[in-house]
Amino acid sequence: MKRTLGFLAFTAAIVGVGFGGAEAQTPKRGGILKFAVSAEPPNYDCHGATSFAFIHPVRPHYNTLLKFDEPSYPKVKGDLAQSWTVSPDGLTYTFKLKPNIKFHDGSAMTSADVKATYERIANPPTGVVSIRKAAYEDIAAIETPDPQTVVFKLKARNASMLTNFASPWDCIYSGAKLKDDPKFPEKNVMGTGPFKFVEHAAGSHWVGERFADYFEKGKPYLDGYRAIFIRNTAARVNALQAGEVLAEFRGHSPADQAKLVSAVGDKVNVHESPWICSLVVTFNAEKKPFDDARVRRALSLAIDRWQGAQALSKIALVRHVGGLLRPGFDLATSPADLVKLPGYGKDINKARAEAKKLLAEAGVKDLKFKFLNRNVPMPYTPVGVFVIDQWRQIGVIAEHEQPETKAYIGNLRSGNYEVGLDFNCDAVDDPNLQLLKYISADKSSINYGRYNDRKLDELYEKQKRELDPKKRSALLRDFEKHALTEAYTFPTIWWHRIIVNWKQIKGWHMSPSHYLNQDLQDVWLDQ
Amino acid sequence: MLRYTFHRLLLMIPTLLGVAVLVFVLLRMMPGDIVELRLLMDGGQVSPEALATERVRLGLDKPFWLQFYDWITGIMVGDFGTSMWTGRPVIEEIGSRLGLSLQVAVMATILAVSIAIPLGTISALYKDSWIDHVVRIFAIAGLAVPSFWLGMVIILLLLYNFQWIPPLTYVPIWEDPIHNLSQLIWPAIAVGYRYSAVATRMTRSTLLEVLQEDYIRTARAKGVYERLVISRHAVRNALLPVVTVIGLEFAFLIGGLVVTEQVFNLNGIGKLFVETVTRNDYTMVQALVMLVAAFFITVNFVVDLLYAALDPRIRYR
Repeated sequence: MKRTLGFLAFTAAIVGVGFGGAEAQTPKRGGILKFAVSAEPPNYDCHGATSFAFIHPVRPHYNTLLKFDEPSYPKVKGDLAQSWTVSPDGLTYTFKLKPNIKFHDGSAMTSADVKATYERIANPPTGVVSIRKAAYEDIAAIETPDPQTVVFKLKARNASMLTNFASPWDCIYSGAKLKDDPKFPEKNVMGTGPFKFVEHAAGSHWVGERFADYFEKGKPYLDGYRAIFIRNTAARVNALQAGEVLAEFRGHSPADQAKLVSAVGDKVNVHESPWICSLVVTFNAEKKPFDDARVRRALSLAIDRWQGAQALSKIALVRHVGGLLRPGFDLATSPADLVKLPGYGKDINKARAEAKKLLAEAGVKDLKFKFLNRNVPMPYTPVGVFVIDQWRQIGVIAEHEQPETKAYIGNLRSGNYEVGLDFNCDAVDDPNLQLLKYISADKSSINYGRYNDRKLDELYEKQKRELDPKKRSALLRDFEKHALTEAYTFPTIWWHRIIVNWKQIKGWHMSPSHYLNQDLQDVWLDQ
Repeated sequence: MLRYTFHRLLLMIPTLLGVAVLVFVLLRMMPGDIVELRLLMDGGQVSPEALATERVRLGLDKPFWLQFYDWITGIMVGDFGTSMWTGRPVIEEIGSRLGLSLQVAVMATILAVSIAIPLGTISALYKDSWIDHVVRIFAIAGLAVPSFWLGMVIILLLLYNFQWIPPLTYVPIWEDPIHNLSQLIWPAIAVGYRYSAVATRMTRSTLLEVLQEDYIRTARAKGVYERLVISRHAVRNALLPVVTVIGLEFAFLIGGLVVTEQVFNLNGIGKLFVETVTRNDYTMVQALVMLVAAFFITVNFVVDLLYAALDPRIRYR
């Protein structure tokens, strides 16, 4: 009950900030939405992409089978699907598609296209990169009894399957195009989405125009959109302040927020939400003394997350203390239970005394190591500096190293580090995704801790197959307790997403992910 | 002269080949992997198979010598390959940005030359007067102020005074001259100021040297008008080192406006350079280095030819 109330309060918070009664207005047709994107999509293929820089300009050209119900996140609703049913054993998912859906080339979209798309994701042909293939490994067969129906048969139950079908990355492609060339989406943009592709000026901008035959009658409201690539943060904030762009959908730092609000005043809306992103401390368990759980746990206990969250939230885009799942998420640990976990107690002096004791027990004196961090200023640098300062409180000295992203990722992956600040960002709240960071290295390619823990693997598998939310939650608590006790990898402070948009943008909803709600179908300009 | 020109053109081939070998080897010594960066920089589970597939697709599984052979033989037939990051042809990627960079370089050069030659000349002619002091302060300030900082100041002045910033996207001058100039005039000023400062000081010092020469004294003794002495004999001879400086600065502007381009959000070669280096986009970096090297060699060559035009005593054999 408490959790439900907490979730409702959270939902109200993310929906309420900045919108007020504006949503009651009748949408107006027309206008071009200009928004900034701080990076550029490296290719055009949803199935092979991972970056928000892809989602923001490209997602409006496509639809997915399901999508998140924007004001009621994490509830899902049909995008191309009109309705769906799940068999009682959880092994069959049947989707009825909406009628009269067309691709931008005028061809009809049918269940065959959905089948071709998911077969490409689950079993990519040679040369095609499917990033999220593992999420669909439970699919045994896809059937298309008629053009409006698609049936997914699973080998095993998967509690995250509906979430998977709402993934913003699962753009539905034309089966005919894929048959001719499985790599068609790498160089072409052709979906069923609310906007047709017009132009991608490399390094400069991306343009989409309204798709007149879009299946949602009357939508989209905009005549088009223009995504402008602005890498430099100051240039991006200046462009927002001048009104050259009306939005930037990834997130701003508190300093940029303050600057924009003070310069533009009530002409902008500020939207805030906890973010499905956390910076986690990862130990290379192959290197001594980090193969010892006592040492790792001591370094977790030394961190005052509660005070740190308060202080850092003033200068960095981190704010929330949470366990392995995002604070506010229905399956996350409640605040009352959180303080009972190692490293989350509110008495920091007691925790640090215990930390010193653990180090002594492990025979570790004058611990010094190099701390690998990413040379991205926000929020990696302030969090890295904070963590190092916390360790200094128990006499541990860490030397801050911040190589470029490519070297940082290379070092993490190759094990060329002692302790590192890793990140865990996902498109959606989903234990199957977020816990991948923590299961054994031989089962997860994003576990850079180089350890194997079969208890964690077993609990992960159990929660994945458990369809009852209460039982799944209990399994997640067991997983979390074990993971934080072993402390191979532990969260520091969760991110906080701040969006500052000009007020004339309507119909856009805040979410805890910068990957969601970017199809721009319901967005309109009040001008 | 023709023989000299042909000889210089031939010399470009081994120079560029040397640059090619150097950039190819150095790039592969740099840490990091474009595949890991592209697929993992935003997190998410990517299977080792997906990473391997991508490496094969980009040709990174081939031995180095074969990668080099493919690249060099491609260049010989005008194929610079495709960007490993975007998958688009390298020529297309560079071509879409070269126009902007060239225009900023040309505008900054025009601005710099039209400020530097007159100011440098006046400063030399009125040495140690208040005019000279003002010009020297102007020039030293230009050297001291980084272009990107001046660019930031310009942007903030425009933003806070007029609630306006220069357009964020590039339109060629023949399509919309007002849009084009209102975007590029500001970086041209920011860059041109420093550029003019360098050229002003060079003009002043070389002119002061030339004014001490015997032939100037002879011309004056012959009763030649002072204006003619200055314009025909002094300035023309003083321009030789100034032309060198202008040429090198011009070549530098093609790929060197890294921060200024970011401040003004210009989609130019400098910004592309930084992005591709940070991404380990081998094919793009290789092509860009070759482009900039070719540009420097060409500009040096043109400067040498200009020497001959400016000083009749210089004849190349």
